[in-house]
Amino acid sequence: MSDEVLVEVEDLSRSYGAILAVRHISFSIRRGQVLGFLGPNGAGKTTTMQILSGNLAPSTGRVRIAGHDLLEDPRKAKQAIGYLPEQPPVYRELTVDEYLDYCAGLNRIARGRRRAAREAAKKKCGLSDVGRRLIGNLSKGYQQRVGLAQAIIHLPPVIILDEPTVGLDPIQIREIRHLIRELGKEHGVILSTHILPEVQATCDQVQIINKGELVLNDSIEGLSRHMQSSTLSVGLRNAPDLGLIQGIKGVKSVQDQGDGRLHVFYDPSTDPTEALVELAVQKHWGLYELQPQRASLEDIFVHITTEEHESLKGAAA
Amino acid sequence: MIFTIARNELRRMFLSPLAWTILAVVLFILAFMFLSNLQYFVMVQSRLLSMGSNQGLTAVVVAPLLGNTAVVLLLVVPLVSMRLVADERRNKTLSLLFSAPVSMTEIVLGKYLSLVAFLWLILALVALMPLSLLAGGTLDFGMFGAGLFGLALLIAGFAAVGLFMSTLTQHQTVAAVSTFGVLLLFWILDWAGQGSGASGILGYMSILNHYEPFLQGIFDTSDAAYLVLFILTFVTLSIRRLDMDRLGG
Repeated sequence: MSDEVLVEVEDLSRSYGAILAVRHISFSIRRGQVLGFLGPNGAGKTTTMQILSGNLAPSTGRVRIAGHDLLEDPRKAKQAIGYLPEQPPVYRELTVDEYLDYCAGLNRIARGRRRAAREAAKKKCGLSDVGRRLIGNLSKGYQQRVGLAQAIIHLPPVIILDEPTVGLDPIQIREIRHLIRELGKEHGVILSTHILPEVQATCDQVQIINKGELVLNDSIEGLSRHMQSSTLSVGLRNAPDLGLIQGIKGVKSVQDQGDGRLHVFYDPSTDPTEALVELAVQKHWGLYELQPQRASLEDIFVHITTEEHESLKGAAA
Repeated sequence: MIFTIARNELRRMFLSPLAWTILAVVLFILAFMFLSNLQYFVMVQSRLLSMGSNQGLTAVVVAPLLGNTAVVLLLVVPLVSMRLVADERRNKTLSLLFSAPVSMTEIVLGKYLSLVAFLWLILALVALMPLSLLAGGTLDFGMFGAGLFGLALLIAGFAAVGLFMSTLTQHQTVAAVSTFGVLLLFWILDWAGQGSGASGILGYMSILNHYEPFLQGIFDTSDAAYLVLFILTFVTLSIRRLDMDRLGG
């Protein structure tokens, strides 16, 4: 059951006039998987999400959702989708209950079961206390939750969330992430974001998209490998001659940031941290800060794109 | 599904003060017109009788009332129809409908139906005014019925134009202004080329020429067919236009 393929995307492209926003993307999602869709702004994340949810027609390619082709059998395919766009599609003048009842109706939930579906969705999203309030009077975080409740009210096999934690406070972000993990147990979830820790916290599969192209499709462990740090940020009170640090085994280069702060770049195969600390104690450099630099999303992009470049060059040679 | 969408549209319409304001203002103005016409009828009644005219209550009071209603609604429909799609597009709530398992036709028909239902509600309230005359007189129900039927079709046509204009833009005011422009143009189309050969076609296209026979109590199928085709054209165009939203970009 858990390896049932829910979403199949084949050779998907979409152009806006002359601009190719998404180029030949293919991937699939199975039940019980949370797929993180990662990319910088303008990489084509939202376009892909809009295509998957049926809001945009692809220029070429095929999307199958729970076995139904999105273009040939849109009703069945869309019934299997819950979609939360970047901006939650809520009617401000309705109460939460009225709105969710309407969504239940739109998603063809039988009249008798709408109330139960609404209550269940509200409970999952922490909305039980605000059912009678106007959506327009709720805070951004609560509106986001209403949007999420709308996406899951018909218990769709596939849930598509476009930047679900934007504009939320840290506590709400944690709650939403927890909720997404919960949902990921029974549904297939696609989540787009440009926040790296979010992917690490919630997803088990990661895709990185850049300029409309899929540059990485890997498990979360695979991503950690890409993120292996190879930079140390060091703070020294009595900074020595940089040559001394350069001499430590494994150190490739040292950069002075001023104020006794140094960036030490090293070969990932030999970690010089220990040797550096020992030397610092011996020579009384006054070490007060030592931090492995976390690779940022940007670093990973650079890493991945250059890596691909090199492997391509290698193949050509 | 169409009714689910229509019901939600109507509910949201009546949650805004706009719907109530429009109902109040339109009915007040029309009641004023009705009463002045009635007063006029009371004044000329004896003279009409002495002249042996067959012009009765319906022709003198009811037909002008229905004619005036059409003009007032020509001004009002753009204000009600403008928000249908434009507002949703602006607030980015259209994706709720697009990602739900409903077809574009159902979305458009649902929205159209809500608008027509609102306008027909106005019509029903207006129809109550002549009916109140039954307390002291009689009406020519054939003439009254034909007029009501014609007016119902006419404002359904207005609604179709309004809906289409609303699908074209994300600015409500743009939708309202262009709806008003198109409706007025169809209204005065027969002014052009009067007396010359061109008046034939333009005159035929004019929506007014297909409405007036109804007011005189003449039910002509070709007039009804014109209005039905008018409605179908603009509703179909709306469906096509919303489909283009997904395809174009």
